[in-house]
Amino acid sequence: MNRLSWFNTVSLTLGFAFLYIPMVILVIFSFNASKLVTVWAGFSTKWYGELLGNEAFLDAAWVTLKVAVLSSSIATVLGTMAAYVLVRGGRFLGRTLFSGMIYAPLVMPEVITGLSLLLLFIGIGLDRGVLTIVLAHTTFSMCYVSVVVSSRLVTFDKSLEEAALDLGCSPAQAFRLVTLPIIAPAVISGWLLAFTLSLDDLVIASFTAGPSSTTLPIKIFSAVRLGVSPEINALSTVMISIVTVGVIAASLVSKRSMVRQQKDEQEAARAQ
Amino acid sequence: MQSTVFTPWEDPDAKPLIRFQNVTKRFGTFTAIDDLSLDIYEREFFALLGPSGCGKTTMMRMLGGFETPTEGRIELAGKDIVGVPPNKRAVNMMFQSYALFPHLSVWDNIAFGLRRDKRPKAEIEARVAEMLKLTRLEKFAGRKPHQISGGQRQRVALARSLAKAPKLLLLDEPLGALDAKLRQDTQFELMDIQEKTGTTFVIVTHDQEEAMTVASRVAVMDEGKLIQVATPDRIYESPANVYVADFIGDVNIIEGRATPGEDDTYAIDWAEGEVPLQATSATRFDKGQTCYLAIRPEKVTISTDRPEGAVNAVQGKVLDIAYLGNLSTYHVELPSGMVIKAQTANTRRISRRSFTWEDPVWLSWTVTGGVLLAG
Ligand SMILES: Nc1ncnc2c1ncn2[C@@H]1O[C@H](COP(=O)(O)OP(=O)(O)OP(=O)(O)O)[C@@H](O)[C@H]1O
Ligand SMILES: [Mg+2]
Repeated sequence: MNRLSWFNTVSLTLGFAFLYIPMVILVIFSFNASKLVTVWAGFSTKWYGELLGNEAFLDAAWVTLKVAVLSSSIATVLGTMAAYVLVRGGRFLGRTLFSGMIYAPLVMPEVITGLSLLLLFIGIGLDRGVLTIVLAHTTFSMCYVSVVVSSRLVTFDKSLEEAALDLGCSPAQAFRLVTLPIIAPAVISGWLLAFTLSLDDLVIASFTAGPSSTTLPIKIFSAVRLGVSPEINALSTVMISIVTVGVIAASLVSKRSMVRQQKDEQEAARAQ
Repeated sequence: MQSTVFTPWEDPDAKPLIRFQNVTKRFGTFTAIDDLSLDIYEREFFALLGPSGCGKTTMMRMLGGFETPTEGRIELAGKDIVGVPPNKRAVNMMFQSYALFPHLSVWDNIAFGLRRDKRPKAEIEARVAEMLKLTRLEKFAGRKPHQISGGQRQRVALARSLAKAPKLLLLDEPLGALDAKLRQDTQFELMDIQEKTGTTFVIVTHDQEEAMTVASRVAVMDEGKLIQVATPDRIYESPANVYVADFIGDVNIIEGRATPGEDDTYAIDWAEGEVPLQATSATRFDKGQTCYLAIRPEKVTISTDRPEGAVNAVQGKVLDIAYLGNLSTYHVELPSGMVIKAQTANTRRISRRSFTWEDPVWLSWTVTGGVLLAG
């Protein structure tokens, strides 16, 4: 191991400090015994206990989770289908237009997406609630899924599908038995992306949420406007931990599969 | 090899299994298959031969159902199959790129087609075991495709396409990645399978020797057209034109002008001040018509002295010797600068070879040794 030069040490420290000091402060103050956020009065976990008893927060967490799971699942199905047709469907009328249009929500300001969805829901007389948030989140995360999946599909060897058809599969079977298992990693990362997008969306959710269906980001945002409480800090710390665990788990899984593949390839080289 | 004479293509009443009728396939403005008609009969081992890009794979893909002809009709057992999807055809194809399923083991790859047919489990297991044995892959049954070598992959692809015992099997360069020994074994294996199962094979190959070994008939293609369709020996002995003669095996081509003589014999003026060459031909040539005399190197005899009574004899000097083990090919330069190849069997040890570089030699061949071609 090389020792870092003092310059590198300083840059590294500054960079990480810039990124993490706000979060570290938040985490530390979530364990503050005092009700005042800025005054340290000893270690305590009482805010976490209080959090567990706070019905409003628990409800919001439940809504958020429901919305994230539902919308990312629907978006994954729709996004994968869209990607498949755009990459595989051959040339059909308006294909270029469609593939261009599917990326539009990526660059559209969220405020506009949210507003237009709100107008639509009012227009068709749909009461705002969990359903409308799910629909809204599906709409904007679907295009992310389709981008991820189609970038995998363009490198997918088409003759694999042809071989499946040749061996007696219907097109649907060929997709289920051959295409899907092979592109599964891309589909899963599409789902994860959609899930996180839905988890931390504030703007679109605030346009489409009803009074009885507040998501966690909305709840935190409105609570903070009345003043930061240690309870919010505790809640945020919980969210940070969940995200951290998720990220570490994902990287471990992908590292494991990479190691396994390397081992396989070495074995193959020996077999020759 | 074939005990009873198998020549359905000469029987006017025989029904072909596959019939291409004026099939044209265009990709955009590019014509890959050009107004092609062809009959292939049941139990045939039909080889498609031709340079890269001549349309061999395209023909296979139309039979497999992956491409539709732009014009024309393709019949399988008397029924028009244009528009029938691949999974509804009793046809299996071995892909040039193998197309093995990377997420399935060798065993599951081979069983894939059988499972789609919902056959009983025991039957599938027996069939897969049989295929593994045939392709000598027993040891690799549990491996994934990326864990085996290129030649092993090719054998998996072959086993997978054979497993369903289809009526028609399409093999796109099935043996390209195998070493000479395994290749020969597999060729005989294929012929054996064909004899046992009565499957009709259409095989694409770059290797003309392979086509000669396995095929009942060979089609030589060029730029989307069939140049000649005939049995291997006819393709070799009486090629339809210079292209076929040149494509199949080694050949010397001598251009000249024909003068008709007696009994289908022609005198060919081929070089200033040289004695005309003699050759017979069943096709007629007019006096003064340009013709090409195609002579296989193994039909040319090489000697120190002019052989007595030889009809065709030319003198030259040895330019190069290619030693091929069992054979030697001598490249002999004539005074005109033309190089003629002569091949002899090495029955003696190489140290006792009678000719060496720069030696003056005579080349001779009989009146029927060459084939006279119009173009
Ligand atoms: N999908 C396609 N789009 C456009 N051109 C194509 C397509 N498929 C094939 N071609 C062209 O058609 C011609 C014939 O292709 P084909 O694959 O049949 O050649 P081949 O005889 O199998 O060659 P090889 O021996 O190299 O495999 C080639 O010039 C090729 O570029
Ligand atoms: Mg090809």
